[in-house]
Amino acid sequence: MTSPTILQVEDLHKSFGQVHAVRGINFEVPKGICLGLLGHNGAGKTTTVEMLEGITEADSGSILYKGEQLGKRLRNEAGIMFQHTALQEFITVRETLQMFARLYPESMPMEDLIRNFRLEELLGRETKRLSGGQRQRLLLAIALINNPDIVFLDEPTTGLDPHARRDFWSLIEKIKQQGKTILLTTHYMEEAYALCDQIIIMDTGKIIARGTPNDLLRQHFNDVVMTLPWVQVPEALQQQPNIYRNREMAEILTSNVDEVIRMLQTADVPLADLRVRERTLEDLFLTLTRNHAA
Amino acid sequence: MKLRHLQAVFIARNREFWRDRAALAWNILFPVLLIAGFAYGFSDNPNPDKVGLYGAPQSRISFLESPYIQVIPTTDLEQSITKIERHQLDLLIDASTETYWVNEDSSKGYFLEHALNGLDPGRFSRQPVTGQEIRYIDWVIPGILGMNIMFSALFGIGYVIVRYRKNGVLKRLKATPLSALEFLMAQLGSRLWLILVVNAAVFIGGNFFVDFRMYGSYLDLLLVFTLGAMSLISMGLMVAARTSSEELAGGLLNLISWPMMFLSGVWFSLEGLHPWVQKISQIFPLTHTINAARSIMIDGASLLQLMPELITLLLMTSLFLFIGSLSFRWE
Repeated sequence: MTSPTILQVEDLHKSFGQVHAVRGINFEVPKGICLGLLGHNGAGKTTTVEMLEGITEADSGSILYKGEQLGKRLRNEAGIMFQHTALQEFITVRETLQMFARLYPESMPMEDLIRNFRLEELLGRETKRLSGGQRQRLLLAIALINNPDIVFLDEPTTGLDPHARRDFWSLIEKIKQQGKTILLTTHYMEEAYALCDQIIIMDTGKIIARGTPNDLLRQHFNDVVMTLPWVQVPEALQQQPNIYRNREMAEILTSNVDEVIRMLQTADVPLADLRVRERTLEDLFLTLTRNHAA
Repeated sequence: MKLRHLQAVFIARNREFWRDRAALAWNILFPVLLIAGFAYGFSDNPNPDKVGLYGAPQSRISFLESPYIQVIPTTDLEQSITKIERHQLDLLIDASTETYWVNEDSSKGYFLEHALNGLDPGRFSRQPVTGQEIRYIDWVIPGILGMNIMFSALFGIGYVIVRYRKNGVLKRLKATPLSALEFLMAQLGSRLWLILVVNAAVFIGGNFFVDFRMYGSYLDLLLVFTLGAMSLISMGLMVAARTSSEELAGGLLNLISWPMMFLSGVWFSLEGLHPWVQKISQIFPLTHTINAARSIMIDGASLLQLMPELITLLLMTSLFLFIGSLSFRWE
């Protein structure tokens, strides 16, 4: 059964002066999924998301939220976490939550939000005294304060340390479990793989791939990556077209692992450091964006 | 417009202001120190003896030829008598009726009267008046209060909104159901009440150092300062409506505030300045605020007498708010 569409985007364009940031993109967002929007810096992700949020006006094209033009309904029903957001100074965490709660017709019970985002210890602290991770937790709580149907998260974990990032993922998982639609932009491919049901890859303002992470990997790759130290690879093998140097390691792309092992054994290469890994979203991203740029 | 939205932003802005201790202290301390400094600086009265002269003399008046007095011709006898009552003039002579007015509480008036009767004996008939002296400090206090309102309104609003825009606070608020008008009205309301509270503190603090004159109604003065603050806040909102650079906003606000400070009669009377300068001063809301406040504090004027100033301030507020909300942008 197909989920109803919550957002529908048709032929969307946006330019800033001479820069054509978004060039006629089309997609739909089914209700209840986490959709990842991936792309290089300047690929048009943030511009696209801000048009969907109603913050930036499109030059042409249409965006429908639950079948309606963007407007008051979206503002009431959307939760937004911008890439860069400052909060008013000298205001505590509790007061910030209270202020935003008053701006919406309906809001989540404050105690639930505080518990879910582990803000109990921070309630009396001024927002400018929060650490990066604490601040992101507060901003996510603010995005959820109106119990939104759709949540826009624009690079929410940029600048966080690995622990804080993992911690943040678990919060996004909780939001997913509540059945909310999430639109997530990120630079981190492992984040997109861990959280997103579907991804869209953008480059130079266009969509260049769309699907579930696994479907896209299957569509674009039928091989695996075998790695071993570059110094262990004989010079004759280093010239082969499916062998690449990645810093101190050699990466061998192959769909036939046995054949590569036999080749390495024949060349007397020690196999103790040999590793085999599946293709990742990062491989896909690099391949697609490199191809597209070429 | 939703009251709930206004209230949310109003409360948050108030908290932000009150907790910024350094800015708050500066807002209160600066004008109080200024008043204290003026009280000290003007405690000695270096002004020459001033004699008002109404009407044309029928014959030579020897007294007026003294090099130690400053003769000020006047065409409004009633206003000049009021000035005698307030020690703004030390002696007033009506040359046409050969009458003079002297304030019996004025030491300068006492000596001038004796000089007049010594040089022109038996020629002038005496009209005694009484009244306390209006010192420069009494005259300048409404100006300092008005100037404090101006800086607090223009910079308090202008800089804050530009900073909000620059660091993304406005963008975050735009993503909520809050409307631009609600946001602007909350800023106006918050800044207005803060200005009135701070100005009341300055008034009380200033009065502690200098027992200045207040002949009119405190409620009337509150209304004048409320309208004056509203017009100046609206002017700040108008300047900050589209600006996203603090440097540009600072430049614009300085460009407005400095001429306004010098041409609105904060420090000196505009009487005697070129008529064009006096005309230009009328475009500033501060001029009308200070004139009205001065009339209440020094002359005890009623609201009815100040109606032109009050209406002008209301019109200016409406105009600035209209332009500000039309041109406002969140980002």
